Amino acid sequence: MTKLRLNRKQLCIPYAVFLILFVILPLLVIIYYAFTDGTGAFTLSNLAGFFTNTNTLGTLLYSFAIAIVTTIVCLVIAYPVAYILAKSNIKKKYVLLMLFVMPMWINFTLRITALKEILTVIEGNISMYPFINTVIGMTYDFLPFMILPLYTSLSKLDGSLSEAAADLGANGFTVFMRVTLPLSVPGIISGVTMVLLPSMTNYVVLDMLYNSTYIMGSLIGSYFSAYDWNNGSMISLILLIIIFIVTLVTNRFSNEDSSGRTLL
Amino acid sequence: MKNAKKICMALFLAIVLAFIYVPILLLAFYSFTDASMVGGSISGFSFDNYVNLFKNEELRSMIFGTVLLAVGSAVISTVLGTLGAIGAFYSRKTPRNLINYANQIPVVNADVVTGFSVCVLLIVMLGVSKDTYVPLVIGHTVLCTPFVYLSVTPRLKQMDNNLYEAALDLGATPSQALFKVVIPQLLSGILSGFMLAITLSLDDYFITTYTKPSTFDTISTYVVNATKGSQTEIKTALWALSTVIFIIVVVIVVLMNVLSKRRQKEERNI
Repeated sequence: MTKLRLNRKQLCIPYAVFLILFVILPLLVIIYYAFTDGTGAFTLSNLAGFFTNTNTLGTLLYSFAIAIVTTIVCLVIAYPVAYILAKSNIKKKYVLLMLFVMPMWINFTLRITALKEILTVIEGNISMYPFINTVIGMTYDFLPFMILPLYTSLSKLDGSLSEAAADLGANGFTVFMRVTLPLSVPGIISGVTMVLLPSMTNYVVLDMLYNSTYIMGSLIGSYFSAYDWNNGSMISLILLIIIFIVTLVTNRFSNEDSSGRTLL
Repeated sequence: MKNAKKICMALFLAIVLAFIYVPILLLAFYSFTDASMVGGSISGFSFDNYVNLFKNEELRSMIFGTVLLAVGSAVISTVLGTLGAIGAFYSRKTPRNLINYANQIPVVNADVVTGFSVCVLLIVMLGVSKDTYVPLVIGHTVLCTPFVYLSVTPRLKQMDNNLYEAALDLGATPSQALFKVVIPQLLSGILSGFMLAITLSLDDYFITTYTKPSTFDTISTYVVNATKGSQTEIKTALWALSTVIFIIVVVIVVLMNVLSKRRQKEERNI
């Protein structure tokens, strides 16, 4: 019997080894490269270089600006969509939800190509409005990832709670602000993480929409092209720390295991 | 009053849907014309873009390579992730939690960082040649496996644990019990993990860029390079590709919808 139990446990050995070799080890290597120079000697100059250079600091700020504005725009569009879908009693609700999330199965570069063409028709020279276009592009790319977790958390919501609030004299607005909204916080949190972090790093959207300003991801891309592994690793490390902080903060807010991408 | 509210809601949904679909449908419309740009002059309808898509050797091998990479890494991810999930589920708490945490890393990490770190380890430090496709396949496996793991684990929690024991009591060997009892129970989770792995691999740009051989392109890397160049013939053929993918996605979504409806009906009849 003990031998049988051992057998089943051993099934995870290949994946455990894989995780150590190709997930954990690469991160350790990144830390090593971030704190060494081209010859392998220890140095803090990559770190100091990032925080003393106005260009790279500007890139960090610009990434935050793009990411925060994109997240707010996605939330403002996705929340009402998810709310209407979750509350309505139309028969074809599932089909309607599918219509909203289906685009995420189409390759994102092809979708951004389509968006670029229509923006060109509307705006003429799209390089005139880099910030707005980038936000539109990111929103176009990530909107389904905001709608899905919001829909899941809103449709799980117990309807009798808001009825009770209404019976106790709360008006529609108060019910929403004091009951529905607080209860949908886990959905908001997981939607926000799904949009915030990718929109700090997905520099392809900027490239394709002729926005030549850098975001954090573009820095890694340019160091990669220049074979500058040490500075590239430093940027990766800084991104990792930002991701770590965001994950810590969001885990505090939601006790559900919130990896919205699994909702796919 | 109630009606006005309903109309407002419907209007809002319609506007968002228009934002999502107008670009895709407009591109689809223009892919059937001889126009060289969207909004440009149309002198007639034609299938030239579709003919080019299937005749152009470069495009054809790029599409084939993308699909092969997606299926290959999805198969590896599915085997690795399913076995990992089963093994971790029956392990003691500490090793299980360690695997769970490590599994979350690629999920929350930015794809740029995942791709770059795999590149630095394998290509820069260990000197593995990009041309062997090993870094590329490993990179895609790192991206996809955690999601297979995450879609199999909930099925394990739902499964009746006595089934495995019963199979053993009835004389099955552990591997028979695993393949004939446990894995069939997990099938829906394994399948959705596999589908997820395929879509993630098909959609990936960053991991591919940092680990691919220079002569190899997936749809994502090809499209990004093509938008930088200005070869009209390639550009409009990509409109056709976008339309073909859109139609495939619609067909798959409708099929899965019909299938799940039928299954629900059958379950109700029983």
